[in-house]
Amino acid sequence: MTAKTNQKIAFCVFRILGMLVVGLLFWILGFIIYNGIGVISWEFLTGYPTAGMTSGGILPAIVGTLCLIAGSSIIAFPLGILSAIYSSEYAGNGKMVQFIRVMTNNLGGVPSIIFGLFGMALFVNTLGFGDSIIAGSLTLGLLTLPLIIRTTEEALKAIPDSFRTAGLALGATKLQTINRVVLPMAFPNIITGLILSIGRVSGETAPILFTVAAYFLPKLPTGIFDQVMALPYHLYVIATSGTDLEASRPMAYGTALVLIIIVLLMNLLATALRRWFSKKVKTH
Amino acid sequence: MIEAKNVDFYYGDFHALKGISMKIENNTVTAFIGPSGCGKSTFLRLFNRMNDLIPDTRLTGECLINGQNIYDKAVDVTELRKNVGMVFQKPNPFPKTIFENIAFGLRVEGINDKNFIQQQVEESLKSAALWEEVKDKLKKSAFELSGGQQQRLCIARALAIKPDIILMDEPASALDPISTSKIEDLIHGLKENYTIVIVTHNMQQAARVSDKTGFFMLGKLVEYNDTKKMFLSPEKEETQNYITGRFG
Repeated sequence: MTAKTNQKIAFCVFRILGMLVVGLLFWILGFIIYNGIGVISWEFLTGYPTAGMTSGGILPAIVGTLCLIAGSSIIAFPLGILSAIYSSEYAGNGKMVQFIRVMTNNLGGVPSIIFGLFGMALFVNTLGFGDSIIAGSLTLGLLTLPLIIRTTEEALKAIPDSFRTAGLALGATKLQTINRVVLPMAFPNIITGLILSIGRVSGETAPILFTVAAYFLPKLPTGIFDQVMALPYHLYVIATSGTDLEASRPMAYGTALVLIIIVLLMNLLATALRRWFSKKVKTH
Repeated sequence: MIEAKNVDFYYGDFHALKGISMKIENNTVTAFIGPSGCGKSTFLRLFNRMNDLIPDTRLTGECLINGQNIYDKAVDVTELRKNVGMVFQKPNPFPKTIFENIAFGLRVEGINDKNFIQQQVEESLKSAALWEEVKDKLKKSAFELSGGQQQRLCIARALAIKPDIILMDEPASALDPISTSKIEDLIHGLKENYTIVIVTHNMQQAARVSDKTGFFMLGKLVEYNDTKKMFLSPEKEETQNYITGRFG
């Protein structure tokens, strides 16, 4: 066999595998859209669950998930970005720093149920927040910290040192160089990491199970110490432990579709923001 | 005046500079030549303390600018770098507009006076012989300029903070011949107001632009003399060999 036919066969295999993966993904998406689209209506999006969650809407779950997204973002974004700046720009490469980096990555691999149990033990019980938005947001925030730290670190590392030396050589301090040169350049990629973390937050079930999620709560939260329903948990409930599983099946597909649309919108927003900021960075 | 007194410099265990002493007069152009890895860039970077950024380095001896030891604890490194500008091998403009690139040094100094910045930007671009080419597109990204223009932009950016000394680390090695000759013309003109130290691999360039030349080899300053003398009748055999292209 010549190298050329070898290459042809290899590419063919790659292409088939690639299409298989994409095909499966579209199959799942198509299945959910096909089954869920009929349920989506204004009432479904703005109504409360009725008749043992077999009819009505999912507004409390949508609002709950948005609250958790907002809460965990407020907690995790600044913490994550600042620690990434510290670890990538200031901390150097000592033994201790390397150890912390490894541990951060390990933390990213810890099963989310562990975060859920930790959140329950610390925020719900020890700190006495109870099942609440604040406890859930803190737990979700911790869960996404490793992701945010790592993507921000990568974004900062991708900026060539020549820009840092250029800033310093012009008499800027290290902080000024980071603020005025490095961060604006890294921003598009940092944003991407942040939005990916939001995607993760909106889909996680285990961490909110013991910290915030309500089985059934047909009212909107009024403060950060309130419990809320959330889309992924609601989906789990009506798919596995509702009052009438058969009757609530369409509601489950509708909920899944709404959840997917939220994540999809977040990803689109990430792409749009990245484009916009990349353009802005070049000409600012 | 720049002065090095018996300078030794180490990267970890590597002894990069060995007992170098040198005096550089104001308003002159001094060229450092020598084979790759001879220490000329390391020596250049001592004078705006860029080597500070590399971990695990060590310096002995003294580096003086106008009689002040710039490695003295009392010296503010950012102030030093405002007085000693630097132009790098590869043009490294910021991903900002042409205007903001030049204004950068002023802004980090806390200057916000719009008219003053405007005036400084224009003046710096004129000194760097770039004004005519960019005056209509100051709000465009610096990345839209050619490599040679970017390098003159970097020179203008360094001029904007009014340094006395400009260090140039092979400023034309990434440029085409026409851009190179523009940079060389520029260096000639800048000599009136600035003290310029330039590292170059190109010996013709050293001969064209500099008043004095230092030849480095294996971390030592082999010979330091008037450029004319260096190129016509060097005192040391190594210099003669290097200049005539027998090695390096």
